[in-house]
Amino acid sequence: MTAVMTERTQTATRVTHRLFLVRELGILLALGLLIGGTAITNPRFLSAQSIKDLLLGSTILAILAIGQAIVIITRNVDLSVGSVLGLTAFATGTLFVGHPKAFIPLVMLAGVALGAACGAVNGALIAGTRVPALVVTLGTLYVFRGIDYFWATGKQINAADMPTAFLHMGNGTVLKVPVLALFAVAVLLVTGYYLRSYRGGRELYAIGSDPVAARLSGIPVGRRVFFAFVTSGALAGLAGVLYAARFGTLDANAGSGQELNVVAAVVVGGVAIFGGSGSVYGAALGAVLLTTIGAALPVLGVSPFWQRAAVGALILAAIGLDRALAVSVARRLLRGRGRNA
Amino acid sequence: MRERLKLLGSWDVIVLVALVLVAVIGAAAIEGVASPRFWRFVSLEVIPIALIALPMTLVVITGEIDLSVASVLGLTCSFMGQLWLWGVTSLPLLIVLCLLLGMVLGAVNGIFVTWFGLPSLAVTIGTLALYRGLAYVLLGDRAVANYPISWTSGAIKPIHGLTIPWFIIIVAVLAVIFGVVLHATPIGRGLYAIGNNAEAARFAGVSVAKTKFWLFVATGAMSALAGIFWTLRYASARADNGNGQELAVVAAVLLGGVSIFGGRGGLVGVIGAVLLLSTLRNALQLADVPANALTIVTGTLLIASVVGPNVVGMARDAWRRRRPSPHPQLERTPV
Repeated sequence: MTAVMTERTQTATRVTHRLFLVRELGILLALGLLIGGTAITNPRFLSAQSIKDLLLGSTILAILAIGQAIVIITRNVDLSVGSVLGLTAFATGTLFVGHPKAFIPLVMLAGVALGAACGAVNGALIAGTRVPALVVTLGTLYVFRGIDYFWATGKQINAADMPTAFLHMGNGTVLKVPVLALFAVAVLLVTGYYLRSYRGGRELYAIGSDPVAARLSGIPVGRRVFFAFVTSGALAGLAGVLYAARFGTLDANAGSGQELNVVAAVVVGGVAIFGGSGSVYGAALGAVLLTTIGAALPVLGVSPFWQRAAVGALILAAIGLDRALAVSVARRLLRGRGRNA
Repeated sequence: MRERLKLLGSWDVIVLVALVLVAVIGAAAIEGVASPRFWRFVSLEVIPIALIALPMTLVVITGEIDLSVASVLGLTCSFMGQLWLWGVTSLPLLIVLCLLLGMVLGAVNGIFVTWFGLPSLAVTIGTLALYRGLAYVLLGDRAVANYPISWTSGAIKPIHGLTIPWFIIIVAVLAVIFGVVLHATPIGRGLYAIGNNAEAARFAGVSVAKTKFWLFVATGAMSALAGIFWTLRYASARADNGNGQELAVVAAVLLGGVSIFGGRGGLVGVIGAVLLLSTLRNALQLADVPANALTIVTGTLLIASVVGPNVVGMARDAWRRRRPSPHPQLERTPV
């Protein structure tokens, strides 16, 4: 009995593991084909400058997507990330205007902390009052953006108001890799490792697969979901700080409308919209892929007006592919069960 | 959770009372709210949102969602502009073609959701991007603005003797139709059944897939109608018309008392919520609150509308648990 169970679990683990691999390799392949095809058409697409632009462009979306993936894996969603980005970007700029000589890492930490505080508001409302995340974060999308407007109306922060070292970080490179991209890579490695190898991380998947079962098996569902939202908020805060560093010019509209792009990147990256499966690596790849499409179309001679349509088609293809894979996995698992019984 | 508020009266009543309070207090405290002009602006703003909120209510009641509505609106505007450039100058023909387009776009959503069994949240985020993208492909960044004045001012002409545009009558008729279908027909009961338990509804003889499919088609058609109105009202067909409105519609539907999990809510509350949000926003604007900061009001109302009843319910549960129940076996609910 036990042997059968173990064998069955092993089959299941192996099959699902292969699924993850197929899914992420799939995006990587699509990305490779896109970059390869574009580079053949126009070799300048692979110039150092162009690659740098691509990485810079992906960074902010990728960081947001990583946070969003963590939330979606728990079968929730965070629609407020665009507003949190706007709020923290403006807060960072305002801090620099008030204290031009401030210690830069400290200001950046303050921005991340503000984002985490916004995430804590979301998390407390969702975990504390058991209200659906979609409703709460749609509400805080409006509230955070409104606070941003209230604060920023009539003011504009320009690059001249910010320390040169901070702006330099936004556009500088280390060994030809943009500094901002290094932030994204660091975030990716830390969150990826945590989700894969830590109990707390695994429990997020359990919650997303079946919240009731997770609660019954003793997982502190409320606390985990709360921290998923704090993480997403903190990462949106980090994205806001990096936005400020990259663009320098800030008004109340920064990050407006980003929320659905972020969810799109996560879905393209193979994270199931109803939780329980997917990885932050996939989500980050999804963000890079979406950004690359935007950069590649003009090079390929396609009107940039096609960009959004292509992104939409890609999302539909991605969820269709996920569905097909899920069906085939389910069929294989059923076959396995038949053999063992 | 909301049924716990039954003692206070239903959610519909709360929304309508709030609406009346806002109108009365606004008229008394803010100069201009009592004027007919104010209500003209409110109704012009309400029309497209209400048109989309009607079918969206039904969609959310079945436990699905359609985030592509504003993009359908935008693509319809582009299509209407492009048709005009191609020389289609008959208004009835334009309207029919646009409505057909809306139905096709809705049907695409419906096929993905019902045939392929994909989650509507993900599908319609995809078509949100796809349709808006096609709108740009069709019209680019041009604007078609040379429609005859008789069309553009005709769409917003006031009802004789009033300031309110006549188009509101169409909205009212459609609202009655949707209301009757939802609240007084087997189809409507079926929608609630699907939202509460799709599996059980199927066994009870409700054709779940077919119902959902036609709901998405109806949503497409209504979004297209909103697009036609949008084009004529602003006398401009552009690809970015209605950008971001999907979340405004969803917010109104949820504030109106429809549960995001489906199975609960009604049209009276939703129409009340659409009016409430618009009235409040316009009144505060007259009171010199910066226009964009008003989103704080929308967001707070939305959160309060779901968190409030939940907290009241949880508090009441805690209170009940402290007292010994006269019928302990009835209190035991499955986990």
